[in-house]
Amino acid sequence: MSGAFDVRAVRAQFPILAEPIHKKRLAYLDNGATTQKPQCVIDALGHHWTHDNANIHRAVHLLGARSTEGYEGARAEVARFLNARTEREVIFTRGTTEAINLVAQSFARPRLKAGDHILVTGLEHHANLVPWQLVAEQTGAHITHVPLLDDGSLDLDAVPALLAAKPVIFACGHVSNALGTVNPVAALAAQARAHGVPMLVDGAQAVAHLPAAELDVQALGVDFYVFSGHKIYAPTGIGALWGKLAHLERMPPWQGGGDMIREVTLERSTFAPAPARFEAGTPPIAQAIGLGRALRWFTQELDRSAALAHEDRLLRALTSALAALPGIRLIGTAAHKVAVQSFVLDYAHPHDAATIFDFAGVAVRAGHHCAQPVMTRFGVPATLRASLGVYNDEDDIEQLVRAIERVRAMFA
Amino acid sequence: MDDDDLDELYQELIMDHGRRPRNTGALPDSTHHGRGHNPLCGDQLTLALKVVDGRVTDIRFEGQGCAISTASASLMTQAVKALPLDEVEALYAQFHALVTEGADVPVETLGKLAALTGVRRFPTRVKCATLAWHTLHAALHPDRAGAQATTE
Repeated sequence: MSGAFDVRAVRAQFPILAEPIHKKRLAYLDNGATTQKPQCVIDALGHHWTHDNANIHRAVHLLGARSTEGYEGARAEVARFLNARTEREVIFTRGTTEAINLVAQSFARPRLKAGDHILVTGLEHHANLVPWQLVAEQTGAHITHVPLLDDGSLDLDAVPALLAAKPVIFACGHVSNALGTVNPVAALAAQARAHGVPMLVDGAQAVAHLPAAELDVQALGVDFYVFSGHKIYAPTGIGALWGKLAHLERMPPWQGGGDMIREVTLERSTFAPAPARFEAGTPPIAQAIGLGRALRWFTQELDRSAALAHEDRLLRALTSALAALPGIRLIGTAAHKVAVQSFVLDYAHPHDAATIFDFAGVAVRAGHHCAQPVMTRFGVPATLRASLGVYNDEDDIEQLVRAIERVRAMFA
Repeated sequence: MDDDDLDELYQELIMDHGRRPRNTGALPDSTHHGRGHNPLCGDQLTLALKVVDGRVTDIRFEGQGCAISTASASLMTQAVKALPLDEVEALYAQFHALVTEGADVPVETLGKLAALTGVRRFPTRVKCATLAWHTLHAALHPDRAGAQATTE
């Protein structure tokens, strides 16, 4: 099945991959930070602005109807992508970060009182940590966390006691952005449910790398699932919060403004039901349409299962190519991983290496990956991170290996 | 940019000071100290100075960082040791102007610091070169910065 995957045909759909970088071929291995966009997504934005642009939900004219149709069509696409029961469970946000802040302020804050706690994990991106720290400070609650094992997986033995202590919410990443570890979300959600603990899953690094069955929010049994469009071949500035309707219907608005009201007087307002209640103001309409187009491309036009098998095979090739090099330490070696390999070089700082990589056309991320607690756990200030997308190929890995050899020649 | 720019950035003097930084370690009888932090990359730097009669008589640093930030700190300690404070201030301003604005600073003023000229063509790396200098400035003006320097 995976043998039939034509990576060259996929690459041809991403014009930026032909962009020379310091006169070299681009090896784009920074997909964990953001993915590149296929031509169909680029065209969807242009088409919207060229033919359909107007504000949504209000205008009586034709363009308003087209814009609304495009925007709500994108919501339906997100609902299908996550197997939501209804489109009303899908709220557009600016991205993962805004979605988590929304849940922290609108769902968790009214439930939290002094002495309560919020459970996170030692793997979290700052986006799934800082919003909980803020709401903890506001309410006198505190943070507990599931610790990490040496391979970068969660210490699952610690989970039962942490859940038995009745956190107000359990916020857990689906896939670690720094290490690529895939967490057993369905099993964790079953345990959380048994203790009556609602669970939010940060899917930012999962959506572009896991099969549909593992992104089915009903099968996962979670309460909230959030992701960003730009990590799955869609534009920046758009993402989604999926929440169980029973929760959303009881949550107060978190930002006030237009489009989220039922009736307004000078003194008070009543609010629209979800999802409009949580979408104050004019949203990024074209970006939402771009997200819908990207999801349609990913789920229907791309051979998703072959693409993900290709990505998994490349990750194994990447990891073994790196492991064979002298003076390298791989960070994050869990059994179940996708798309990411972090590493440090004994002889060069990640930023020096990344600058030299750049001159070889190789784009990776160097730094703490907005996951400083993960860096602390492994005793490094920063790592280099190569992260894959469906358009990466063997040449990208070869180019990275040659760039590492150049750094070694300069620094070792 | 091409590979010549890369070679200029990582020239021999920088590689030498990056690998074997001078004036490192603690300075027990210091009169001024500062801590610098680059939150983008996690680089940390602590700086200790001994100032006697308005002149830097000794200076040492500790920390972890990339070749650029380590070499810049090392070269800075050599450049400011034995200088009166007003000349340290002037050098700080000139170095900053050199790497951030590409100001035309005479090589004879900069001495070995001129080796860092190439960093100005690497906007993502300028902060590596300026971390030590910001930390020095904060150490000498604790009233203004609380002796904490950050590149952000």
